[in-house]
Amino acid sequence: MTWVNAIVQGILLGGLYALFACGLSLMFGVMRIVNLAHGDLAVLAAFLAYSVMSATPLGAFWAVVVVVPVFAAFGYGLQRGLFQRSLAISPLSTLLVTFGLSVVIQNLLLQIYSADTRALDIGSLVSEGLRINANISLSYLALITFGLAIVVIVALQVFLSRSRTGRIMRAASDDQEAATLVGADSRHVYAVATAIAFATVALAGLMFAMRSSFDPSMGPSRLIFAFEAVVIGGLGSLWGTLLGGMVLGLAQTLGAQLDPTLLLLSGHIIFLAVLAFRPQGLIPARRLA
Amino acid sequence: MTSSMPVPAARAGSAAPTRLPTQRDGSGGRPRVRRGRRANLWTTAVLGIVVAVLAYAPFAVYTSITDDLVTLFILVTMASMWNLLAGYAGLVSIGQQAYIGLGAYAVLQFSDWGVQPYVGVIVAAAACAVIAVPTSLLAFRLRGDYFAVGTWVIAEVYHLLVERDASLGGGSGRSLTTLSGIDASVREALTYWIALGVTVLTVAGCYLLLRSRLGLALTAIRDDETAARSVGVSVSLAKRLVYLVSAAGCGAAGGLLIVSSLNVQPDAIFSVQWSAYMIFIVIIGGLGYMEGPILGAIVFFALQQSLSSYGVWYLVLIGAIAMASVLWLPRGLWGAVAARTDVRLFPVGYVVHTPTLRQRVAGRIAPAPTPAIAPATAPDDAGEPGDASGPDADRSTA
Amino acid sequence: MTLLELDGLTVRHGQLAAVTGVSLAVREGETLAIIGANGAGKTTLLRSIAGVLRSSSGLIRYDGEDVTRMPTHRRVAAGIALVPEGRRLFPSLTVAENLATGTYRKRPGPWSMDRIFAIFPWMADRRQQSAATLSGGEQQAVAIGRALASNPRLLLLDELSLGLAPIVVRGLYTTLPQILAEGTTVLLVEQDVSQALRVAVRCVACAAGTRCSTVDRPT
Repeated sequence: MTWVNAIVQGILLGGLYALFACGLSLMFGVMRIVNLAHGDLAVLAAFLAYSVMSATPLGAFWAVVVVVPVFAAFGYGLQRGLFQRSLAISPLSTLLVTFGLSVVIQNLLLQIYSADTRALDIGSLVSEGLRINANISLSYLALITFGLAIVVIVALQVFLSRSRTGRIMRAASDDQEAATLVGADSRHVYAVATAIAFATVALAGLMFAMRSSFDPSMGPSRLIFAFEAVVIGGLGSLWGTLLGGMVLGLAQTLGAQLDPTLLLLSGHIIFLAVLAFRPQGLIPARRLA
Repeated sequence: MTSSMPVPAARAGSAAPTRLPTQRDGSGGRPRVRRGRRANLWTTAVLGIVVAVLAYAPFAVYTSITDDLVTLFILVTMASMWNLLAGYAGLVSIGQQAYIGLGAYAVLQFSDWGVQPYVGVIVAAAACAVIAVPTSLLAFRLRGDYFAVGTWVIAEVYHLLVERDASLGGGSGRSLTTLSGIDASVREALTYWIALGVTVLTVAGCYLLLRSRLGLALTAIRDDETAARSVGVSVSLAKRLVYLVSAAGCGAAGGLLIVSSLNVQPDAIFSVQWSAYMIFIVIIGGLGYMEGPILGAIVFFALQQSLSSYGVWYLVLIGAIAMASVLWLPRGLWGAVAARTDVRLFPVGYVVHTPTLRQRVAGRIAPAPTPAIAPATAPDDAGEPGDASGPDADRSTA
Repeated sequence: MTLLELDGLTVRHGQLAAVTGVSLAVREGETLAIIGANGAGKTTLLRSIAGVLRSSSGLIRYDGEDVTRMPTHRRVAAGIALVPEGRRLFPSLTVAENLATGTYRKRPGPWSMDRIFAIFPWMADRRQQSAATLSGGEQQAVAIGRALASNPRLLLLDELSLGLAPIVVRGLYTTLPQILAEGTTVLLVEQDVSQALRVAVRCVACAAGTRCSTVDRPT
């Protein structure tokens, strides 16, 4: 019966991975940017929340309310100040700039906070959950995370397909110059996309930091999980990202059920299998990448 | 200046009758395409002297210096491989640490099987090239930026797989003991020479590769893949070959790492930090130039040494410098030099010599504004004396 | 009154001057055609009026205001809309969505979705169709509709006939009078001289980036 528990936990874990992945997916979908600092930004958000919670009487919930908008603003500024420049130079430049950013963030965090692990204190919520039966329990935190992932993905989907800004964002990703011709300030449009992506990655980082301890070096592995979720699910599809996250989560928990040391490897193997046999992903996007 | 141009046939006694139409100033002559310039003979000689001096180093300096130089050589090797991959084949990889790690562990495994570790470095390079074949089948399923992250994931897979092997030390690593019988200073000297040899081989190998047909194909692919394919270049084969060469080079570097430090630790050897080093070195030194990795490695190494007392700040600084480099010096330090001057330590391109410029220089007429074409070297072009006298003859009658 | 005035406009592509010292004036409500051979700089001229290309010297005055340094998106808000060469629709959007992007910087005016569907009746039935699957002529129509949706005062049409069959081109040009009836000023670039002469009252002939002569349509 613990296998069933593994399946349940895997699906719930998928919610967290989907939350990590949608920011990566959005930035790639709109601007063709793969942000190698994506995972490190999540860790940065966690440390920021930690500092906010240490310095003020604010609890975890309010720390989220503070950190997420701050990160959105940070994303807006970084796009207009940094990525805008690198996008104009060459396709390779932005990848290299985000790589440099990743190294800078990691080492700055290391310098400021040291390598010690931290955790965000959410009181007893971290261990509470619904007990279904003797073997299966659904942690409230995991449920909230999964719920948040669904809400964020639905919101993003609606935003992109129905709203004026979302539509112009899709237009700008198709043809930046033509979008300018209908009056879009493409720098602003891209910056909004980055702001949204940063907000989601901050949220993901905080939800992650609530359930496990974190340290400055954890960024790259978060990036890899987000990336695997996107590729497994299918580039260009947000629902695919959710599905990809769940498949990855399942692979990890089921592998761990076989042998605890196989946790990471099983996720990677599923990723490689998708790459080998279905490189377009589980839900390939309708439009040309 | 007369209003009429001299007709070639009227210049009796001049060279071959089949000549290109005269230039504006009445000169004639065929443009010549060459690999390099006379100046390159000097740079090759200088490089040879440098290598000879370096080879003598173990007899002349303390081991602390040769140890530092070994580190520098390893960085040059790795960076050259990354530059080959990204700067010439257009494949940006963040996963070359896979082959660094596999190379190191290959030396360890082969030494368990009785292969002398110094020989094992070369065998490890070959082994990595072999492993790269099936790896490339998976990695090449992804394109562009996704390829980059995909290579990273593959490196992680190799990391995890190697860690599962208890005989190779599992998660905590192992030491290389088969060299302990050799006297320390002799061993360090041998390691130094092997490192120098590997680096020279790697750089020379890159140079020869880029001057070969494959190198020409790579330049075509770098400029326009579709156009290259349409003239018959096998793009996928070219990229794969470069990937294999790069894997071999990184495998050798990994072998050198274990041979110089005498132990290996999976987290360290498979760390993405190596890719960071490679990338930063090449960005700062100059992507797409053979001289770039060498210059970048020297700069990087100098920075690393001078900032070592500041802990991880040096990484923050180097990361920031690399970012600034991408934005404001996209062709790197060497690119800035190469754009302004004619210096090429490793001429991998083609140069066109036109007699017109030679005559302009000879006739002390204002030189042409194009800096990329050097004045032709005298001996081979001296066979057309008629040209030099043409415009001067005209001028004298004006 | 003069809506658009170019004064000694020079636009470079790197070292090459595509447009050299062009001066012209367009009155409000008139239709001016710029004709000339390929490479004469007509598209460059139009793109610099729209703001996509930066001019290296000279003035562009729109409605009395100097807009030479104004970015494209602000010019759209001011009422300049370009239908670009090659249509440039958004392939991942539907017909309706493409038209809707035109309303991003909407100004007050007569061009609602209904009015646009009135000119191009077939669009109403096919509004959910992906723009990538339209034919060349249909794409051109949607591109015109997209530009109209912002209610421009000055409509710039770049090479409508490019890559289209003559009968399709003729069909597109029959809709032009309906657009002109609303008082929109139209500046069009056209290689098909006869077509240009049919719709424009005044023609400007360009050769290698310099205006050569004005031709008034013979009545």
